[in-house]
Amino acid sequence: MAGLATSFGSGAMTNSIGEIEFNEVLFIIGSNATEAHPIIGNKMKRAATVRGAKLIVVDPRETELAEHSTIWMRLTPGTDIALINGLIHIIITEGWADHAYIEERCEGYDDLWAVVKDYPPERASKISGVPVEQMYAAAELYAKTEKAGIFYTLGITEHTTGTANVMSLANLAMVTGHMGVESAGVNPLRGQNNVQGACDMGALPNVFSGYQAVANPDSLKKFEEAWGRKLSTAKGLTIPDMLEGAASGKVKAMYIMGEDPVLTDPDANHVRKALANLEFLVAQDLFLSESALYADVFLPAACYAEKDGTFTNTERRVQRVRRAVPPPGGARADWEILCDLSGRMGYEMHYDSPAEIMEEIRRLTPSYGGITYERIEKVGLQWPCPTLDHPGTRYLHKGTFPRGKGLLQGIEYKPAEELPDEEYPILLTTGRKLIHYNVMTRYSDSLLTLDPYERAEINPVDAEKIGVGDDDQIRVTSRRGSVVTRIRVTDKVSPGVIFMTFHYKESPANELTHAAFDPIAKTGEYKVCAVKIEKHTGEPLPAAN
Amino acid sequence: MVDLTIDGKAVNVPAGTTILEAAQNIGIDIPNLCYDKDLTVFGGCRMCVVEVEGARNLQTACSTPVNPGMVVWTESERVVKARRMILELLLANHPSECIICEKTGDCRLQDYCYRYGVKESPYTGERREVEIDRGNHLIERDPNKCILCGKCVQVCHDIQVTGTIDFVDRGFYTRVTTPYDLPLNTDICRFCGQCVGVCPTGALINKQFKGTRPWEVSKVRTTCPFCGVGCNFDLNVKEERVIGVTATPEAPVNGRSLCVKGRFHKDLLYSPERITTPLIKRDGEFVEASWEEALEEVASRFKVIIDRDGSDAIAALSSARCTNEENFLMQKFMRTAVGTNNVDHCART
Repeated sequence: MAGLATSFGSGAMTNSIGEIEFNEVLFIIGSNATEAHPIIGNKMKRAATVRGAKLIVVDPRETELAEHSTIWMRLTPGTDIALINGLIHIIITEGWADHAYIEERCEGYDDLWAVVKDYPPERASKISGVPVEQMYAAAELYAKTEKAGIFYTLGITEHTTGTANVMSLANLAMVTGHMGVESAGVNPLRGQNNVQGACDMGALPNVFSGYQAVANPDSLKKFEEAWGRKLSTAKGLTIPDMLEGAASGKVKAMYIMGEDPVLTDPDANHVRKALANLEFLVAQDLFLSESALYADVFLPAACYAEKDGTFTNTERRVQRVRRAVPPPGGARADWEILCDLSGRMGYEMHYDSPAEIMEEIRRLTPSYGGITYERIEKVGLQWPCPTLDHPGTRYLHKGTFPRGKGLLQGIEYKPAEELPDEEYPILLTTGRKLIHYNVMTRYSDSLLTLDPYERAEINPVDAEKIGVGDDDQIRVTSRRGSVVTRIRVTDKVSPGVIFMTFHYKESPANELTHAAFDPIAKTGEYKVCAVKIEKHTGEPLPAAN
Repeated sequence: MVDLTIDGKAVNVPAGTTILEAAQNIGIDIPNLCYDKDLTVFGGCRMCVVEVEGARNLQTACSTPVNPGMVVWTESERVVKARRMILELLLANHPSECIICEKTGDCRLQDYCYRYGVKESPYTGERREVEIDRGNHLIERDPNKCILCGKCVQVCHDIQVTGTIDFVDRGFYTRVTTPYDLPLNTDICRFCGQCVGVCPTGALINKQFKGTRPWEVSKVRTTCPFCGVGCNFDLNVKEERVIGVTATPEAPVNGRSLCVKGRFHKDLLYSPERITTPLIKRDGEFVEASWEEALEEVASRFKVIIDRDGSDAIAALSSARCTNEENFLMQKFMRTAVGTNNVDHCART
């Protein structure tokens, strides 16, 4: 989100899900939507098959969307910026840029060109592995189509250059004037059900709700007055800093609500060491997760069907979550636990219901200022929704950007932190698959039986080299860890690339991934690291449960 | 705009509207089995036939556009007779096991037989006997109950855009099936269950609803807890227990579409691995505790650390899985009760 915030002044999906079907071109990069965002994936496929839209898909894997695409650019993982700079180079030199838009709505064009001029298509092609002709075709199709939207997911952001990748895409959209109109824009598809909301609510070290900076004296004063406490202005820690602090002993205690960093953060062994080194750990969750095993106190929480509240989806729509059944046994809703604990710590928090919490959110958060439970009873509202009579906002940046002019920036390509070499010759990239969701759906027998274990994808060439076939077990080893997994042999991945998910604790891919972080957003480089593979000869993995 | 009369009532609708839609506008329900407002008109079941004055034959209301001055009768003697015959023909090749059928109470075929007083078929002849696909935990396919309305085929091709199933063979032997008649499996099917959602009879069943009659459940509208798309659906609750999930046409983002996770995740709630009592670790082992004990333990340990090492020695991970209200409270708690800005969550992207 930091990338879009820099380029536009606000970081969120610019357009709405309902507009997807009406894009004439969809530029889909680093997004396996049919598995990670199935309903959006369906709309993209429908745009292509029913409405005749053209898909430009950029992905190292032959995803289902790649199968529906007009142009599939199979880039080498981690070379996105080189490719995008190459596309912008073509668009500018061929005269396909929208100079009127650039002149009126953007600044920084000269800085952009100063860098992009050094990325002629031949060079971009050499780095990214995408043929020059394909780049020309894609650049022309995207630039010359009016309703052309960019869609991306963690394939763009989960790199050490994640923020730069996003800003590159913002450049591409701005030089072609694809902003502030329907069925276009730059659209990050947020991964988790309430990532957007957790960010909006200020579950971040540097901002209160609504991205009001802790360092801004006005915001600080507003929240101090509302909450009746002097608040800290010291810079808070991001997750990697917290884990580093835990490992070094600076952070003594952690309170983890509804997350499992051991399975989901890069370099699991490092995370384990950090948690084990804490003096005191509280875990609040539905299950005893891999991380919760390190806890001193475990607090059992209610799940989404057992409590009231709201989630904010990827198109900024705030929607109701409703209690359908009581929590099992003694489990309690997270908000109730937080209020109870806060009182015991000497700070009283009393709310009769989540609706009352939303009232406080509304009063303190301008973008949520018009959102009440009453108004979203039937249909959720999309922020910005500043007042009680505001209808919500379907697409952003019409006419102007929150920062005034859109910022074009020259972004240099930088290789991933760790690339394959002689010792670790295979590139590991990670992602999700349809049946599962992160580390939670494995607790659903119905879903687990459909897809009971990890099947890493490797190319037939690599499979033959080590003498393995479908469903055989291999050992995958990186500089940080080693795991055993079953495989699927498929040319959906290129030779020299292995794809794994992080859904299964028997084959935890994040023991392998690299804890290198984007310098601005602190997002881990989940999408590229170097591994070696060999036939597994030891104790076989347990049969599917 | 076009003026016409349906069952003696004047109607005014835009040109291009079908008779069926025009009738719906004024609250007249024309029976139909293969019509669906989100799908292409198929006109195959003939249940929606109506009498149009001046027309020689009965017309299918789902596929006939309105004309100025049209006079339509939706329940005339001729229409009812035709519908009865259609139902009798369908029943001639349909198992008569409504008493134990999962779909009872939510079956369009049953509803229309009731409406037109059709209790059996006068026609006897060959009957289909096709094997029931029970090969997976989620969806049961009983082709013997299929009336070939084609809605599942269309939804799979045009809405889900997967194309797992299609019509094969001709005439009496026509059926809807998978490639090579394989049982449904993850290689060919995404298990979105949208086919189940549109099936008017018991041919496609969500197995999670077995043992529950449709009138026994109450529905609670909510938002899916999986990815960021934000689909809405109804949790079906029976005796304080979630039985399963059904889609709702009122969902702004997804309409009636759901994916495998949204539709079939409910047993996650009832996993035997759910922890339902607070736990405190003593001598390396978790032991059950009361909320009082557990929260006092947390509060006192936090306070000791704050006094000794300062507020910034404590850090919290909030959650992109929890609600807005809970995330708001977590940062409020950390910034007030603990006194630090050390709060973050895993989605830094």
